[in-house]
Amino acid sequence: MTREYLFAGFGGQGLLFSGKVLAYKALIEGKHVSWIPSYGPEMRGGTANCSVIVSDDPIGAPLISHPDVLVAMNLPSLDKYESEVKPGGMILVDSTLIERKVERTDVDVYYIPASRLAGEMGAPTLANMVLAGKLLQVVSEYDEENVGKALAKCISARHADLLDLNFKAMDTGKTFE
Amino acid sequence: MGEKVLMKGNEAIAEAAIQAGCRHYFGYPITPQTEIAAYMAKRMPKIGGLFLQAESEIAAINMVYGCSSAGMRVMTSSSSPGISLKSEGLSYLAGADLPAVIVNAQRGGPGLGGIQPSQSDYFQATRGGGHGDYHMLVLAPASVQEMAELTVKAFDLADRYRMTCMILADGTTGQMMEPVSFDFVPGEPVAKPWATTGTKMERKHNIVNSLYLLPDVLEQKNIERYEKYEKIKETETMAEEFMVEDADIVIVAFGIAARVSKNAVIAARKNGIKAGLIRPITLWPYPEKIVAKAAEHAKQFISVELSMGQMIEDVKLAVDGKAPVSLCFRAGGMIPMPEQVYDAIAEADKKLKGGN
Repeated sequence: MTREYLFAGFGGQGLLFSGKVLAYKALIEGKHVSWIPSYGPEMRGGTANCSVIVSDDPIGAPLISHPDVLVAMNLPSLDKYESEVKPGGMILVDSTLIERKVERTDVDVYYIPASRLAGEMGAPTLANMVLAGKLLQVVSEYDEENVGKALAKCISARHADLLDLNFKAMDTGKTFE
Repeated sequence: MGEKVLMKGNEAIAEAAIQAGCRHYFGYPITPQTEIAAYMAKRMPKIGGLFLQAESEIAAINMVYGCSSAGMRVMTSSSSPGISLKSEGLSYLAGADLPAVIVNAQRGGPGLGGIQPSQSDYFQATRGGGHGDYHMLVLAPASVQEMAELTVKAFDLADRYRMTCMILADGTTGQMMEPVSFDFVPGEPVAKPWATTGTKMERKHNIVNSLYLLPDVLEQKNIERYEKYEKIKETETMAEEFMVEDADIVIVAFGIAARVSKNAVIAARKNGIKAGLIRPITLWPYPEKIVAKAAEHAKQFISVELSMGQMIEDVKLAVDGKAPVSLCFRAGGMIPMPEQVYDAIAEADKKLKGGN
């Protein structure tokens, strides 16, 4: 099985990071993975996205034209990529930051007030991880042990104190209904 | 198997170079390869190596020349416009028969162009880049694992043949992360009796130079170099063949274009189209015999490139008129998607079947 994820939003929201955590978790589970960022003359506040492919088989092109799952953290990203999601796919929306509803009716949509939830837990910069937690839950891939291992791989020793907070943010996303 | 880690292609190149014994890196930052310099800046001081950010690309390549003359394993990296600046140095390195590893994470050109991925430095890389009669070894990785493995191989080849070896990557393969393991074994170190390491009053001076004022001597030097190139063509050519054996339509593509093409070939096979893929891993020497062999049965070749069509000339030379060769491309920093390559295959198939 192959699943293609697109994480899109503003630069600085941590989408490249949450994509990396997802990829690392899949690597730990023995899957084939690829992660590729949009790179450009980008800056904090500009648009940024990353594509992650998780597969049981070797991955050909690491590029994605039609993702199975879209994680949108700002309106321009939802506007741009909503129509590209595969029929039957999923869209996860940070509903604190995006007021409009998804127009597609052939995809599963999850509205998560990720920025509000992250703010309430005292970590407003971790909305990305709240969404990542929910994402893993809805694709039935949330494995606490491997999530912990992936976070440990992605968070440098210098920021080790943030490990628990990231884990808590993911758990908040996972348990949000 | 060692533990697999998730790494960017650029970082994998840097780590592999260190594992291959490279302790000297000279560079100048440019997107999309700056992670190589950043990695070297972080790691080299910790392992007794040297990272130096030169004042320009030209300075960096000349530092490579000096370091290589002293027998050290040395590397520099840049992206397209920076490689143009280094081209004088590449010619001098060739003229002095100096081994060095050069990385080009290509971006769209000409000129400053853009910063998105490209393969439009194919001519520059495979034809030498600078002035004079010479070639570089050119390796084209298509995955992060290969970025690592081919970097180690590049150092071995460079030392063995006293040549510059270029890793011709691109913005995509440099920026993407994939699992990579570093459990390969670098080749045996090659003795460098020619290196300027100090005579210790025990031998004559070694001289490393590219100046030959007597034309007959220079001619002989060039002939010897080309004899070496012929041997390399026989022994060092590498390519991956995927479903080529019975293919009617053969895609030829390297690096990221080959990754994209493989998806298209698999899709074509599912729809009953006999497609195959030849992925040159060495661009110089070019796997011309492998392409020529496929031309004995294939009815159509398609060169897939992130350029206006450069490698297609080598495909045509190898096919030697036995089958038509067409081009499927995106340029300027755009990347063909598998659907575009599939459409090119399907169209070729339709034409072939219509002709029967």
